[in-house]
Amino acid sequence: MAIKFHKPGLVAYITCGDPDLGISRDVALAAIQAGADVIELGVPFSDPVADGPVIQRASERALKHGTNLPGVLDIAKQIRAQTKAGLIIFSYLNPILQFGLEKFCAAAKEARVDGALVTDLPVEEAGEYLKAMKVHKLAPVFLAAPTSTDERLRDVARHSRGFVYAISRTGITGTRQELAGDARSLVERLRAFTKLPIAVGFGVSTPQQFSEVNTFADAAVVGSAIVQTVEQNPGREAEAVGQFLLKLTGTAQTATAGG
Amino acid sequence: MDPISDAQTLAPDGDQSKRPKRPRAVPGRFGSYGGRYVPETLMAALQELEASYAKARKDKSFRDEYHRLLADFAGRPTPLFLAERLTQQLGGAKIYLKREDLLHTGAHKINNCIGQALLARRMGKHRIIAETGAGQHGVATATVCALFGMECVVYMGTEDMRRQELNVFRMRLLGAEVRGVESGSRTLKDAINEAMRDWVTNVRTTHYLLGSVLGAHPYPTMVRDFHRVIGQEARKQILKAEGRLPSAIIACVGGGSNAIGIFHAFLKDREVKLIGVEAGGRGHVLGEHAARFDGGGAGVLQGTYSYVLQDEAGQIANTHSVSAGLDYPAIGPEHAWLHDQGRAEYVSASDQEALDACQTLARMEGIIPALESAHAVAEVMKRAPRMEKSDVVIVNISGRGDKDIGILRENLKF
Repeated sequence: MAIKFHKPGLVAYITCGDPDLGISRDVALAAIQAGADVIELGVPFSDPVADGPVIQRASERALKHGTNLPGVLDIAKQIRAQTKAGLIIFSYLNPILQFGLEKFCAAAKEARVDGALVTDLPVEEAGEYLKAMKVHKLAPVFLAAPTSTDERLRDVARHSRGFVYAISRTGITGTRQELAGDARSLVERLRAFTKLPIAVGFGVSTPQQFSEVNTFADAAVVGSAIVQTVEQNPGREAEAVGQFLLKLTGTAQTATAGG
Repeated sequence: MDPISDAQTLAPDGDQSKRPKRPRAVPGRFGSYGGRYVPETLMAALQELEASYAKARKDKSFRDEYHRLLADFAGRPTPLFLAERLTQQLGGAKIYLKREDLLHTGAHKINNCIGQALLARRMGKHRIIAETGAGQHGVATATVCALFGMECVVYMGTEDMRRQELNVFRMRLLGAEVRGVESGSRTLKDAINEAMRDWVTNVRTTHYLLGSVLGAHPYPTMVRDFHRVIGQEARKQILKAEGRLPSAIIACVGGGSNAIGIFHAFLKDREVKLIGVEAGGRGHVLGEHAARFDGGGAGVLQGTYSYVLQDEAGQIANTHSVSAGLDYPAIGPEHAWLHDQGRAEYVSASDQEALDACQTLARMEGIIPALESAHAVAEVMKRAPRMEKSDVVIVNISGRGDKDIGILRENLKF
């Protein structure tokens, strides 16, 4: 279950089922081709309180035609058949609860994903989740926030496997002009508690931000910018995301193959 | 007895005995329900709020200030009124009305707003955000913010802004900024989502003044405590008036703050039936009502684990009620626990029953209740005739109906 990060590291988030699951699979493969070390497969939820307008809209579209957790696990399996890149299920808690915590972990293992990140499940509430994840040798990835106290960061670090997802700033997902100064100091604080790779997300959308994050963290998470690229390129989603990521990572001229 | 310092409760924090397949508990559990399911960014703020509240409730100066404002600003205590003509007409139990509708701003919501605004001031947070459905909580929040000189932003679904136009104007008049929410069903749930997004962004400077016994711990406990004064007064008043405890207490339940507020002082009085009335809306099909105990299942929404109206994939269902304040897919976690324990009973009243009850109370007693409260009136109209004349019932009139005149005009043709 070790997830390998290349230098510079890239984690790509996609909202699955937008515009449909087949295209989400192709977008994921294109992102891996463009160098993504980890794909976060987003499970759409009706009430995404941590997400900005771009992912809200994508979630609504995905739900309109019935995207659900089993469907996401199904494309995870298809992606796994073609790649060794890290695969993480990214979800709010309720869809997983209704599917069944234990059943979810078994199905995720069966699809050979590496782990999961549950946005609204802080470590304190994660007892049974952690147990089930451990049984199935899945990596629980937790969020660390600029507002987290050192005590909380220690708990986040202690219970995370695979990598830790550091939120660059207080707020919801979405692209920003500038990276908050919060990110660097959060990563520094986290390093005191963990040797795991640290990925920084929320707001990363430009080549400059991507390389800046990679000077102090192990990877940058790109989400809303990918989801927006999907939204704006109907009919050529995968190709457009591949091109966007190559440009983002600064390998557009040289690379045809990524990690 | 002080509502916020005396922790009388049947749901001790951390009671984990009956929890099915839930992660291990943090404080703020009611049986298996409640908890704290929020993004990490909010966790430190919730812990700070919990600690500040724990400290404040033990502080005499905080309690004195809270009680002073309840009395001098909000107008407590509210009367317990014997509804003689309604009692006679229904021909059964003797009916008393707890007149929360007489409070400043027109509903019980002000109790909680005063408490939380005092707390926010102690925490040094001068920007207040809130959600509102019917607008009553928004108006109460705007009111206390004006009183304390705090910045106030209220999120409200645009569908609710349409049906509660008058309250939108009142909030603006009080100096609050009202931000329309266009997502989802454009009602209370969507307003809470947007308020949470604001909070997660501005958490360092902002207090989220949540308006019901919902959300992550400590909100369900704290908001309940700020409303327990309703039941404490009612208990004293009924003992004085009748020399006995009531046979039943009836209150409407959206998130459930007015209900938990009046129930709490009677929880240990097993002979007192506690009845919560949910919104039956237009029918039993998912999406047509907001009766969480009629088709809802356990789930997590907006920070808490409780009964939620949802589909089998865990997506939250749309709801409908003629009353914006009851139009919400989850119920406060303590109600979920009282329901499962059998300590409280939950029923529903349809849109039509509530509209009829509103008209009945207006004509029989000269009191126009809020459409939310009219759901409780509808239940007493069904129940009282089947009860003995020696029985006594208290109905919580949680708010007044002035805000609903527009909807009443659309629905009652005369």
